[in-house]
Amino acid sequence: MSEHGTIPGPPSEVGPRPAGGRAASAPLLGRAAEPTIFELSEPGRASFQLRTTGVPEWPVEDLVPPEHRRSAPVPLAEVSERDLVGHFTRLSHRQFSVDLGAYPLGSCTMKYNPKLCDAVAALPGLAGVHPAAPAPLVQGWLALLVELEDALCAITGMAAATLQPAAGAAGELTGLLLMRAWHDAHGERRRRVIIPDSAHGTNPASVTLGGYEVTTVPSDDRGCVDMAALRAALDTDVAGIMLTNPNTLGLFEEDIVGIAAAVHEVGGLLYYDGANLNAILGVVRPGDMGFDIVHMNLHKTFATPHGGGGPGAGPVAVSARLVDFLPGPRPVRLVEDEAGERFGWSMPPRSIGRVHSWHGNALVLARAITYIAVHGGDGLRRVAERAVLNANWMRVRLRGLYDVPFDRTCMHEVVLAAATLRKEHGVRALDVAKRILEEGFHSPTVYFPLIVDEALMIEPTETESLQTLEALGEALERIALEAAALDGGDAAAAPRTTPVGRVDEARAARSLVPTFDAHR
Amino acid sequence: MGDYLPHTEAEIAAMLDFIGLGSLDELFEAVPEALRIVGGLDLPVGQSEPDVLAHVEALADANAARADRLVCFAGAGAYDHEVPPVVRALAGRSEFVTSYTPYQPEVAQGVLQAMFEFQTMAARLAGLPVANASLYDGASALVEGVNLGVAASGRPGVWVSAGIHPHWRRVLGTFAAGTGHQLRTIPLLDGRTVWPADAGPADAGLADAGPPEGTAHPGPPGVLVVGYPNYLGCLEDLGEARRRCDELGAQLVVAADPVAAGILRSPGEWGADVVVGEGQALGTALGFGGPYLGLFACSAAHVRRLPGRLVGETVDRTGTTAYVTTLRAREQDIRRERATSNVCTNQTLMAVTAAIQLGWLGTAGLAEVALRCARGARYCRQALLGLDGVTPLTGDTPVVREFAVHTPVPAATVIDRLAEEGFLAGVALDALTGGEDPSCADPAQALLVAVTERRTARQIDTYVTAFDKAVRS
Repeated sequence: MSEHGTIPGPPSEVGPRPAGGRAASAPLLGRAAEPTIFELSEPGRASFQLRTTGVPEWPVEDLVPPEHRRSAPVPLAEVSERDLVGHFTRLSHRQFSVDLGAYPLGSCTMKYNPKLCDAVAALPGLAGVHPAAPAPLVQGWLALLVELEDALCAITGMAAATLQPAAGAAGELTGLLLMRAWHDAHGERRRRVIIPDSAHGTNPASVTLGGYEVTTVPSDDRGCVDMAALRAALDTDVAGIMLTNPNTLGLFEEDIVGIAAAVHEVGGLLYYDGANLNAILGVVRPGDMGFDIVHMNLHKTFATPHGGGGPGAGPVAVSARLVDFLPGPRPVRLVEDEAGERFGWSMPPRSIGRVHSWHGNALVLARAITYIAVHGGDGLRRVAERAVLNANWMRVRLRGLYDVPFDRTCMHEVVLAAATLRKEHGVRALDVAKRILEEGFHSPTVYFPLIVDEALMIEPTETESLQTLEALGEALERIALEAAALDGGDAAAAPRTTPVGRVDEARAARSLVPTFDAHR
Repeated sequence: MGDYLPHTEAEIAAMLDFIGLGSLDELFEAVPEALRIVGGLDLPVGQSEPDVLAHVEALADANAARADRLVCFAGAGAYDHEVPPVVRALAGRSEFVTSYTPYQPEVAQGVLQAMFEFQTMAARLAGLPVANASLYDGASALVEGVNLGVAASGRPGVWVSAGIHPHWRRVLGTFAAGTGHQLRTIPLLDGRTVWPADAGPADAGLADAGPPEGTAHPGPPGVLVVGYPNYLGCLEDLGEARRRCDELGAQLVVAADPVAAGILRSPGEWGADVVVGEGQALGTALGFGGPYLGLFACSAAHVRRLPGRLVGETVDRTGTTAYVTTLRAREQDIRRERATSNVCTNQTLMAVTAAIQLGWLGTAGLAEVALRCARGARYCRQALLGLDGVTPLTGDTPVVREFAVHTPVPAATVIDRLAEEGFLAGVALDALTGGEDPSCADPAQALLVAVTERRTARQIDTYVTAFDKAVRS
């Protein structure tokens, strides 16, 4: 790999020491597959225990008319509590997680989730509250939600927010419906929404559900929105633009002021996809960049755990002119007198309506305000600085080993590529992703953004130490050097030390087995 | 003062040196100077963990309506069920809590297999062959079910029973503004949907919903939506709903309660095309309304229209059984603007929790909980209907799990007075419906009462006594 030039080593001031952030990638107790809970089941076995109630024990025949009555119980597993614990504990040992080791999955912000927030979410005074209880009986919850809304507005530079959307994509669709309501209120029927070609897939999917057509604009050779193409796409049929900033290449859209001016000039609105908000906390606010609508992924930026795929929370904040359209009812501060503050619910006058069964993913929201309160404004700025520092350290560390399509100061993540490795040695980004699992790390995001060939998107996050970064850097270095030395070698054999080997994804789709009952 | 950052000052200096920068501020040189925050965010400075915990504990303490202080008779899609220590312990394992979407199946077999088991259980509850790996909540599952039904039938008209939870109907209306679905609310008689004989116009009157002005008559509906039991606890005639769907060539979407499913004939057996539901009752805390669990199951014919993630069984390269997310070409990250749904992050942890809770309940346990809820509801309803001025809202229609009564004083007053006596009395219908609603003639004096397996006869007796006092004074 001489053509790649000098490979930088770790900074000498720190010196060598044992690396962290690496999970043993072999399963704890061997490689045997875990049977399904249905295979562990034995008829007549049970673990449930219920209260003694003293309620009359009418038979089901007295309670449910025959045409509605089930002829046999729903077949579920029948296991003892001990077997239940064994089963799910063994499953947990077949699962990588942030608590185990570094999880540099680009665009997902897999930072450490403070245990304090788990304690908060378990408080009986929060977890045990029914969502339909009248406002006077839930003053604490309302105060918490208002406090969070205020904090999110301070962080984003917006006027007000809805906390209802349950995830980022729900926030996007909410934002697009706000855009629609705004134009409707001005008697306009605009049909198109612009998104860059580097956007997350949820953006175009949300645009369609919002009743708009997608117009894609390309990125320029610096990885930012191509201004000429944007200007050419803009006219009064454009409802708005959805932008992630920093974008999915990990780069700050330097001409955001020009973009905002151009979109506003034709009467469009600017939507900020908050997927990458972590990079700019306390540095710059979307509101100051000219955005009208901002969604935030609390499970990314504000460290609420990702739960194996969710729950998240995707609050949407808006500028003053859009406040009246927000979903409702919204938690609001009513009065402040000698007795203290009182809180209640309020429906914005031109609300687009409800976007959640209740008030949003409330316990996720409680975790987020806790995280924000611990950090404060000063701490959030440190979060962004360290996240960006870590990403840039990885960029420089891996320069020369992997392609760096946009090799300048990046934000919270860096997009590398395995295009050269593939061309010269037949090793793809997918192979790198599988190989790094053997090293005890989670893989980066691969093949995204779509505009980078063989993309490897690395987001170390701010909570990983320099020692962990170095261990990850060494592992990725080893993989690249090994690929060169063995001219690809048996790249497709990885991973070999994980609970299962490389999974046959094509077979899963070809002969679909979506339940235990499907092939039996 | 607090944070979770590992960097020492010496490390920061060394790292900056390594990347060739002189200061942390230089990391942000791409941000136009005029936009940069001067003087920090307008937020308090950070506090220590114990200080923050004390603050949040004080807020939690200010919530009177917590289930450990007010005995809960409220339901409406959020129920106070038994969640045993074993379920909390397993569902709280950090491998499940702090992982993400299983993009790398080789290190995500734990979540993937739990999802596969969850999908199996959810499909069995629905009586359908396929269930996805979760949506956000009951309302979002309904929205996706209607989207699927409209796509499958090719017709935008949707008849929505007024027995569907009022909030869910609002959410349907909100999203119909984007999709253009034309919603028509079908009223109830004695708690059961009365499907119209004619195709009729779309419902422009439903708040939030309304088709765009000037929209043509939608023609026969492509989708019928009905609850089982509906939000008033009533058992709808699903056979009739199926017959109407067959006549109209429409898809039948049933919003079903997963606990009542323990004693009820499954919607799939009744002929539902799609079954959606709120899965909070399967092991998830009341949590002021979230995070909850959107349940979604459908017939085999619709599997390629399924929204959200689906886990399938396969093998690894050595032939060992393994699990992986599958039929990915439906999803937003691949299909983009032509995806079946925009959902990405879902409610996996709640689905894992549901699988554990259903594993704990088992075949006998789910049936027993469903039966006990029905018994408790009968016991409580009989006693309340024995009080002066308390009358049934839904006639003689059979109910399970919860029921609605007319109260001689406003339901909100009943709730206020019973809170003083240690009870969360139920849910006032006008609070759910926002006033006028075709599901109830006089929502201000209607109360929805739920009784779970956790309510003892003594609690119910005391509640009824307090209720009597509340409606007399």
